[in-house]
Amino acid sequence: MTEVTLSQVVKKYGQHQAVHGIDLDIHDGEFVVLVGPSGCGKSTTLRMIAGLEDISGGEVAIGGRVVNDLPPRERNISMVFQNYALYPHMTVRENLGFSLRIAKQPEAEIAKAVDEAASILGLNELMDRKPAALSGGQRQRVAMGRAIVRHPDVFLFDEPLSNLDAKLRTQMRVEIKKLHQKVESTIIYVTHDQVEAMTLADRIVLMRDGHIVQVGTPLELFNTPVDTFVATFIGSPPMNLVDGVVRQGQITLDGGITVPVPVTAGALREGQAVKFGFRADNLMPVGHAVEDEGAVYELDLPVTLTEPLGTETLLFTKMAGGEVQAKMFNPRPVAPGEQLRFRLMLDKCHVFDATSGLAVRG
Amino acid sequence: MTRRRLPEWFVLLLPAIIVIAAVVLIPLLFSLYSSFTPYKLTRPSTLWKWVGTYNYEKILSDAKFWAAFGRTVLFLTIVLNLELLLGLGIALMMNKVTWGQRTLRTILMFPMMFSPILVGFQFKFIFNDNIGLVNNVLQSMGFDAALPWLVDGKLAMFSIMFAEIWMSTSVFAILILAGLFAMPRDPLEAAKVDGCTPWQSFRHITLPFLMPFIYIAMTIRSLDVARAYDIVQIMTGGGPARRTELLWTLMSRTGYVDARMGLANAMGYVSIILSILFTIYFFRKLSAARAELGMAG
Repeated sequence: MTEVTLSQVVKKYGQHQAVHGIDLDIHDGEFVVLVGPSGCGKSTTLRMIAGLEDISGGEVAIGGRVVNDLPPRERNISMVFQNYALYPHMTVRENLGFSLRIAKQPEAEIAKAVDEAASILGLNELMDRKPAALSGGQRQRVAMGRAIVRHPDVFLFDEPLSNLDAKLRTQMRVEIKKLHQKVESTIIYVTHDQVEAMTLADRIVLMRDGHIVQVGTPLELFNTPVDTFVATFIGSPPMNLVDGVVRQGQITLDGGITVPVPVTAGALREGQAVKFGFRADNLMPVGHAVEDEGAVYELDLPVTLTEPLGTETLLFTKMAGGEVQAKMFNPRPVAPGEQLRFRLMLDKCHVFDATSGLAVRG
Repeated sequence: MTRRRLPEWFVLLLPAIIVIAAVVLIPLLFSLYSSFTPYKLTRPSTLWKWVGTYNYEKILSDAKFWAAFGRTVLFLTIVLNLELLLGLGIALMMNKVTWGQRTLRTILMFPMMFSPILVGFQFKFIFNDNIGLVNNVLQSMGFDAALPWLVDGKLAMFSIMFAEIWMSTSVFAILILAGLFAMPRDPLEAAKVDGCTPWQSFRHITLPFLMPFIYIAMTIRSLDVARAYDIVQIMTGGGPARRTELLWTLMSRTGYVDARMGLANAMGYVSIILSILFTIYFFRKLSAARAELGMAG
């Protein structure tokens, strides 16, 4: 059983504090993704778990053992780096077997473990090549193979796909997910790409400025974001946010549109400035909407720009002075400037306090 | 009338050919020719007397030449290896320095800025058995005997090597430091996670990466040390009684003191083989090390 527990973990670089007292429990066999914009402290946190950065305060425990003062080699972890970090002077075979050879395992066992890892990742053809003779995707696979030969307690991935092209990235994402199903180890994965986070994670840890903003399953973060940052970070396109004010139990948006409050009335006070949030998927032209239960509010909006995506078309419209994105299913061609009638799915809308950015729920 | 014109490529190369011929080719051919004559600087007419391979036969059977040859090889081996070890150590330590590294790097270059002649004089003084610094220090510490640093064969060789190493270790240090700067950090971190101790990281990751830099330094320094002359000439003059005679002090003595330029040139051609062999050896090693890292084209 390998849980990873972070309690009040702090990282300081001189005066600058990069990570502000993080608490996190990662369960055995769980796939946790740390995601956030660059500079949010996610990589630093991962490197503290790995032992590549000193921990300035708090505790990191792996499998119940506090590892703050242990060097990486005594933590039984393995790590896949963004730049692969293969040993350039060793063949693929030597790269894969290096950690076992350092641990003075018998040669026969090394060969067996290396072959096993190679066949899991389809590296058998490449065993005698040097890293310089491999493509990006192959190098990435070797880096992953090097991580799995040791059967570590925890796998750490530091933005492993960001150096690959879009197509390969999608492909490797699937391979990583399959790998997790096969090895069933705890995985902590760092990325700045919310799509990777959504598709891979059992749980997402969303970070900003050295703080954890929200922890939850991908759908929890998608459906119930705690604040406007989570709402705009998770999901593509980002959630639409429109400024408004609470008036007589309704929300009056800038520009005069009034919508019913989608949350219990008591949670809001009269005159409160709010941000009214909804996803493009919940604003659809009449006749091109996916049928859904629940309250609907209809309104007319002008289309300024269209982005056809095949099964749907992304429509850019003006609403309450701001730009808002909508989705048209079973699309037909729409000319810019055309006025359409839209259905807004009120049950899927969110209200955030304008000053704190926090979600208001009832 | 048709005039034969020189091919264009030849005309274009002609300036380069003329310069190379004047500066390199003609002196080279002249010295090669004179090594087959009994040419004496004091009697120019001897230049026209052909003696065939007489000079070479004489050298190959000359114990003094082979002693100097062997001493040069020994000198090279010891000096290069010690410079490598010291340079590597200095570079590794410098790489850890976080404050004032630029200043330190400049200071590190100081010994290279002095003329070898001056370095020779300085160490001649330091190792002087009467008034030298070393013996003074030893005596003030209670050692009674004045050690004959520049007189005893072994001590004199040690003293010369010491001066040579003092002057040129920074060549290794600077080149290896450049290698350390160029080294990617990721593989070292991967090695840490893979379970390497600091020594294992150095042995399996850092050192293989540094090998090309080490071989480049080795090549440069082997050519440098193989022609060691100035420091030796100043400190001991190859003496006393030829105990510190290296190839170049022997050659210059033969050529300019004894005026037997033909014989000296023959020695030069034999000893150049030494330099060529060292160069070939280190270049082989260099390309092997580069291929190892996947750097070869």
